[in-house]
Amino acid sequence: MSKLELKSRFDNPDAAYVALVEARRGLTEEQAAALDTRLALILANHIGDLDVLKEAIALAKVAK
Amino acid sequence: MSVNARKSVYSYGYRRCADQDGAQPVRRPVVVVGAGPVGLATAIDLGLRAVPVVLIDDADRIGEGSRGICWSKRTLEILDRLGVGEKLVAQGVTWKIGKVFLGDDLVFTFDLLPEAGHKMPAFINLQQYYLEKALCDRVSDIDAVDLRWKNKLTGVEPRNDYVRLTIDTPDGPYTLDADWLIAADGARSSARDLLGLKFSGVTFEDKFLIADIRMDANIATERRFWFDPTFHTGQSALMHRQPDNVWRIDLQLGPDADVAQEQQPERVTARLKRMLGDRAFELEWISIYRFNCRRLDRFVHGRVVFVGDAAHQVSPFGARGANSGIQDAENLAWKLAAVLKGEAGASLIESYERERMQAADENIAHSTRSTDFIAPHTKAERNLRNAVLALAPQADFARRMINSGRLSVATVYDTPLSTPDADVFGGSARLGAPAPDMPVRGRDGAASHLLQNIPGEFTLVTMKNGAVPQLPAGVRHIAVGDDIADTDGLFAERFDATPGAAYLFRPDQHLTARWRHADAGKIAAARDRALGKST
Repeated sequence: MSKLELKSRFDNPDAAYVALVEARRGLTEEQAAALDTRLALILANHIGDLDVLKEAIALAKVAK
Repeated sequence: MSVNARKSVYSYGYRRCADQDGAQPVRRPVVVVGAGPVGLATAIDLGLRAVPVVLIDDADRIGEGSRGICWSKRTLEILDRLGVGEKLVAQGVTWKIGKVFLGDDLVFTFDLLPEAGHKMPAFINLQQYYLEKALCDRVSDIDAVDLRWKNKLTGVEPRNDYVRLTIDTPDGPYTLDADWLIAADGARSSARDLLGLKFSGVTFEDKFLIADIRMDANIATERRFWFDPTFHTGQSALMHRQPDNVWRIDLQLGPDADVAQEQQPERVTARLKRMLGDRAFELEWISIYRFNCRRLDRFVHGRVVFVGDAAHQVSPFGARGANSGIQDAENLAWKLAAVLKGEAGASLIESYERERMQAADENIAHSTRSTDFIAPHTKAERNLRNAVLALAPQADFARRMINSGRLSVATVYDTPLSTPDADVFGGSARLGAPAPDMPVRGRDGAASHLLQNIPGEFTLVTMKNGAVPQLPAGVRHIAVGDDIADTDGLFAERFDATPGAAYLFRPDQHLTARWRHADAGKIAAARDRALGKST
């Protein structure tokens, strides 16, 4: 059974998106990639559930 | 190269033996090939069980190479049972603290043995040649072990219930038959090649410089590991103290390093000066390695059994190579002795493969993860690794992900030899694991430790509570409260022991069955099961 939540959980999804956009504004592609990698680690730990993490990785891999 | 003229090499002489002169090949119950730590431990353990062993080695000396230095608690417990543990601990340097640096800043410290009351320390560092020397000395006390130097295995012919060996010597070759051949001949095993067996696993591209140096330095006795230090930018470094003011330095060089050039003493000296500053040092040994994490698909091939590096190889991060090999030896020795004495069927040897393959897979998994972290395969993997390092100063979770080597601990066997628990137990003792140690006192008032009281044979330890259950043949009994006193209450704590509770240990000190209340039938069934007689 899927444990990964795909329904929107933000009260204001647009604001969440903007926060991620603003985080990378002015960064080079390489800097943005490094930022994303650190974010992935921080958020993965916050979730703290290996099954959810693996489902998220699987989804990220199939999405094009 | 003149650098590698190490002084502490022990030489042994070739001696012709009667087996070389027989008209027919002589048949021996056990031949062990390879007199390294694993072969020596196997031979001694079998010899102490009164099994005659021929131990052959193609060399006639020990002490070359940058080999094992870190000996783990479980290994030391085994070596103690074999009679050399206390000597080696006295000779080695004891440590338990590991420090990880990022750049030049300390980011993470670990303590390997926070629990008190064990006879043996978490780790000692000691040059492998000292350990081999102590084991060779021990062999000379044991008549059942016949150690033959300059005896090189050149032929292995498996027969139905024995193996025919061809062995070359300075006097020419001879033929020897063995009921069992134990291949302890290391990563470049001749036995493995002669049988045409192959490893499967991973070879890492990165090259590492391993240097042993002599240096009079007042640096704490701890494992130090650096990621990207200013003295060795973009790579890792590892430093370990050994006795005699010898230090092991391990510098990552990356995949493109030129092996010949990097071994030149001037170049090595320049690298080490960047690390060690103005301290004076002498080079004792230099090698360049690439690491492998791989194993044979099977460890038992008919009457040929592979142990140690001949069966499996790991990178050095985690000290899992020689330690796991010595643990292979102890797992195999009591089983082979039981088979040869007719106490168990040959199928018991299959449980060696099952249990030690589980251990090899654990060791390979840990060692592969560590090596992946230290030497990422691609730029994308390196970026992820660097993100963990970048977060480490602020975030505990990232510090916990830093993997500079997860150090060797004993495997908890998931094995059909164990009798599944029918009662619930707490405490740190685990079914299938070596007994946790603790101080005890004997009837005569002498202080000792639990493991010294359960050496080498099936032993039932009970918490005193009236009548002792009837014991099957070949099972020793000691009662806590009669034979030994639980001086610090740690037996009760670590085994969750209540009055009448009973614990059955295998000859390798692993817990194989436990009950709140035992009876003769349960004990006999558990002992039979541990000998592979039923499932």
